[in-house]
Amino acid sequence: MSKQAQHWEKTRGLLMVTLAIWFVFSIGIFLFGAEMNSMTGPFGYPLTYWFTCQGSLGIFVILIFWFANRQEKIDEEFGFSERGDD
Amino acid sequence: MKGNFIDNLPKVYGIYTGGFIGFIIIMAIGEQMGMTAKAIGVCFVAFTIAIYALIGWLSRTAQADAYYVAGRQVPTVFNGMATAADWMSGASFVAMAGGIYFKGYGYMALLVGWTGGYVLVATLLAPYLRKFGCYTVPDFIGTRYGGNLTRLLAVIVLTVASFTYVTAQINATGTIASVALDIPFQYAVYVGLVSILLCSMLGGMRGVTWTQVAQYIVLIVAYLLPVFWISNKMGAGFFPHFMLADEVARIGELEQQFGFVKNSAADLANVPKGLAGITKAHSAVNATPWAFISLALAMMMGTASLPHVMMRYFTTPSVKAARKSVGWSLFFIFLLYSSAPMLATLSKLSLIDPSLPTGIIGKSIAEVQAIDWYQNWNAANLMFVSDFNGNGTLELNEFFMGGKAVVLATPEIAGLPYVISGLVAAGGMAAAMSTADGLILAIANAISHDVYYKIIDPKAETAKRLVVARVLLVVIGFAAATIAALEIQGILGSVIWAFDFAMSGLFFPLVLGVWWKRANKEGACAGMALGLLSGLAYLIWVRNGGSGFLGITQLTFGIFGSAVSLVSMVVVSLITSAPNAATQKMVDEVRVPSGRSIIGKQ
Repeated sequence: MSKQAQHWEKTRGLLMVTLAIWFVFSIGIFLFGAEMNSMTGPFGYPLTYWFTCQGSLGIFVILIFWFANRQEKIDEEFGFSERGDD
Repeated sequence: MKGNFIDNLPKVYGIYTGGFIGFIIIMAIGEQMGMTAKAIGVCFVAFTIAIYALIGWLSRTAQADAYYVAGRQVPTVFNGMATAADWMSGASFVAMAGGIYFKGYGYMALLVGWTGGYVLVATLLAPYLRKFGCYTVPDFIGTRYGGNLTRLLAVIVLTVASFTYVTAQINATGTIASVALDIPFQYAVYVGLVSILLCSMLGGMRGVTWTQVAQYIVLIVAYLLPVFWISNKMGAGFFPHFMLADEVARIGELEQQFGFVKNSAADLANVPKGLAGITKAHSAVNATPWAFISLALAMMMGTASLPHVMMRYFTTPSVKAARKSVGWSLFFIFLLYSSAPMLATLSKLSLIDPSLPTGIIGKSIAEVQAIDWYQNWNAANLMFVSDFNGNGTLELNEFFMGGKAVVLATPEIAGLPYVISGLVAAGGMAAAMSTADGLILAIANAISHDVYYKIIDPKAETAKRLVVARVLLVVIGFAAATIAALEIQGILGSVIWAFDFAMSGLFFPLVLGVWWKRANKEGACAGMALGLLSGLAYLIWVRNGGSGFLGITQLTFGIFGSAVSLVSMVVVSLITSAPNAATQKMVDEVRVPSGRSIIGKQ
């Protein structure tokens, strides 16, 4: 397999992992919104309520930075990262 | 200052932020010395607009690269701020807390949708479109799939979505300008438009970038300062985001105690148009999973298809920077979005808790009608009480408010000085202006670059292209302002439609352009045209009393449109011939960050 094909395979793998996490916190947990809301979440808010106003939003922020770092590693591994400027 | 402008950015915006805070303090002193509320409002709006206009003038340019993509040298963090301002519209600023206040959980799908969409932007699109090196979104579609028809269809989808959105933003600037400057709405709309054009006309994307950063700073200060101040003043906690659990629980208790009494249609007929009462629980789950998820999903896919957001990532220095920049964008958006539910909580509790001095539920109607702030906001048509059951006291179901009042009136209700209300007006103006600028520029650039330069006159010189771009900017701005002055639909409704239009026509053609090599010109054309048309048809059908299916409403019609788009794109691509070798090679190159951009190479 060529270097480029391997790079793309890893990139696709990372995409799937990232989208799976995204799916859980943007769609998955809200399938059980009513059940989860009777539990107490962080800072004492009802759990589903907390996810809608802070939890999911914050997780997305962290997820994007995590994804960006992982992707950079993959690019470096196969020598496809850009030189210099940032 | 030594060194070039980019290196000095932190210093420049640091001084700017300090100057802005100094200005707030001067206004606060002015208020103590007897400046009228109206004068403070005028000063805030006029001063901030003058600054944006100055930045717009300083950023003037005669180079295509600077005009279309700000010279591709905007650092990640600053691009994040600019994107956040570009993204957070007048609706986010003025209407979001109100929506949460009235509709609770069902509305908060928008919060999840408008943030979760950035994960799709970061993973599926932004870095690849940055590598492509295009000036506009249709530029990508046109080059990847080839042919003028694909380019033209992309311009049409972009224009339909962005134009729907921009009328709402100009409407919002008009609303705020008319209140702050005390002029009729029909004229205020054009005052708003002129301020918007001052930012973008001379410098294009470069001007818009640096004004958007300035606008972000104004809008985030204007949003967070009142939230923290009110929370502290009410004794709810010095850091509201972590400390309002008791207040949320207390609202739940009060809801139990008062109950949600349903008003008769005859009673509701007396309530002024646009005002609503509290009819839904604050923190309980009050929507079906599918209602919540479908709205969130539509907003997420719409986010990833809206060209004015995507084009912000064309301005970063590298592919790597584009990815990081999406993270910063979402971080800066998160600061405001996570505060909106807190503001809604504080606002609601301060009004309905009888044990607080500001609480009005349970007081006598005559007493409430005598309160100063009630009279002001009643006169502004944003508050209304009526004694439906005739018992002389105000019940929960007898109090009505406009959605905008949560952001605009809460500082006054909580007893904050007027300087805060002036600040909030400037913040709302900044939010609406920055989004309007991004949108008008997206449309004008697509038409000037993709239709005029790429299709009509490929030999046009840079100077001529930029004249065309600027003329279009003014023409589109005036067209949008004229429609906004007619006040056809509400701010929030048209914003959500814009997302649905964008996802119907552009989501799959963009994503598959990178992720599916087999996607070809015929497929993309079918996907864009059929997606947009079926979404539009569904909207018209539901608006005219159609029952819809699968619980897809007029707010989520993009789900239907994009499904049609996906199916038609895949089917048509597979029954027509595969893209040629050059195109396949182009897709391969887009997928790796290193090497030169696709378009720069040709």
